[in-house]
Amino acid sequence: MKAPRWPIWLLLFLALVAELLPLPAAMQPVRPAWSTLVVIYWALMWPGRFGVISAFLAGLLVDVAHGSLLGQHALSLSLVAYLVLRLHLQMRVFPLWQLTLSVFALTLLEAFVLLWIDGATGRAEFGPGRWGPVIAAGVFWPVLMAAMDRLRERLERRDSSFV
Amino acid sequence: MALSSPDTDGRASRNASPNLRFFLAAAAAVTLMFLDHRGPYLEDVRSRLGALMYPLQVAIDSPAAGARWVRENLALREQLISENAALRRQALTDSARLQRLAALEAENTRIRALLGSKPPVADRVVVAEILAVDMDPLRHRVVLNKGKRDGLAEGQSLIDADGVVGQITRNQPESAEAILITDSDHAVPVEVVRNGLRTIAVGTGDLAKLSLPFLTRNADIKAGDLLVTSGLGGKFPPGYPVGTVTGVDGSSGDAFLEVTARPAASLDRLHEVLVVFPQAAAPPVPDPAGTTP
Repeated sequence: MKAPRWPIWLLLFLALVAELLPLPAAMQPVRPAWSTLVVIYWALMWPGRFGVISAFLAGLLVDVAHGSLLGQHALSLSLVAYLVLRLHLQMRVFPLWQLTLSVFALTLLEAFVLLWIDGATGRAEFGPGRWGPVIAAGVFWPVLMAAMDRLRERLERRDSSFV
Repeated sequence: MALSSPDTDGRASRNASPNLRFFLAAAAAVTLMFLDHRGPYLEDVRSRLGALMYPLQVAIDSPAAGARWVRENLALREQLISENAALRRQALTDSARLQRLAALEAENTRIRALLGSKPPVADRVVVAEILAVDMDPLRHRVVLNKGKRDGLAEGQSLIDADGVVGQITRNQPESAEAILITDSDHAVPVEVVRNGLRTIAVGTGDLAKLSLPFLTRNADIKAGDLLVTSGLGGKFPPGYPVGTVTGVDGSSGDAFLEVTARPAASLDRLHEVLVVFPQAAAPPVPDPAGTTP
């Protein structure tokens, strides 16, 4: 049996919910961009099922959910997915600490892309809300990866098409 | 479940060049951003997509709404009685002040008529709830539970019991997005009640702080001055409190003072807001429950 696609979108949807849940103002800057982490995960683990175009669509959803410029997250997430797709064979054999560092670098790059777009449209803003999520992404990645590995392995066991 | 063969679905696309896909996605994203930034071309698309997101936002709000419901329904009888008494006292003092206001308003209209100028019409308001959804940590945006269907329009201002809250930026059938006055992209024309000095209050990105950057060193302003909307620019109706000046700093070598103010509305504890309908544009379908004349 073949693993269905819906878990990909369900997880993205849950990530979006986690991003929008109300938190105390003090905790908001340390909330990671869950959608970015989930996009990295799927592009890393299921590159044949989740590619640049899927990341683009996910980015559009993020844009609408956050009320940001339409296309902003679509661009940044496409870029992240593209880089992961190019590097996924190397990244998969990384030990966890190296993988976490790569994820940190990718989210930092994404934060820069978002900052550049904000700057180009005259909305640039610095502060803990800009860089806090990048650090939080590095902190939460091992947790997210452990949880999602279980789910993914369960789905793959039902599927004969995985090598 | 509809299954596709692994050849078209799995490894085949892994072999297809991601370069081209990325190029296409980036081009599409840039085009979208350009259109969204430059004009209202995408308003319709956004509004549809936003309507799709509304159930999600309601779902996210539901724990907070449920907690409120539980709190309201499990409140002790004594609590309710004391709250009721307090509200009654408040209503009494309010109606006493309203009587005086009515007399003043009548007098004002008479004097304006003497001067030959147009009498101001009382603003109509509709109550809207703010959903407990964090939009973006860098911006001060909120989601309201009313939208086009309730007659809301872009640019309408929001107030609460104490003062100006913000204005509606994006309107969807069931919901609306609003920007708070403390967002660093937001500016509101204000005047000092004490002497009528006009200036602009700009958001700082801090919910408890506004900045008044355009006052020269000889401007007559001091801590404690009350700022109200001036009505210039036509976005905000005149006369609503915006904030209180908290600090005036002329020590830097600049030609301008560094003036800060605290917003009058309690922006960090918002739950319900009033949407002000400008005098000309009344909502097509008045909501009898949430409307005050």
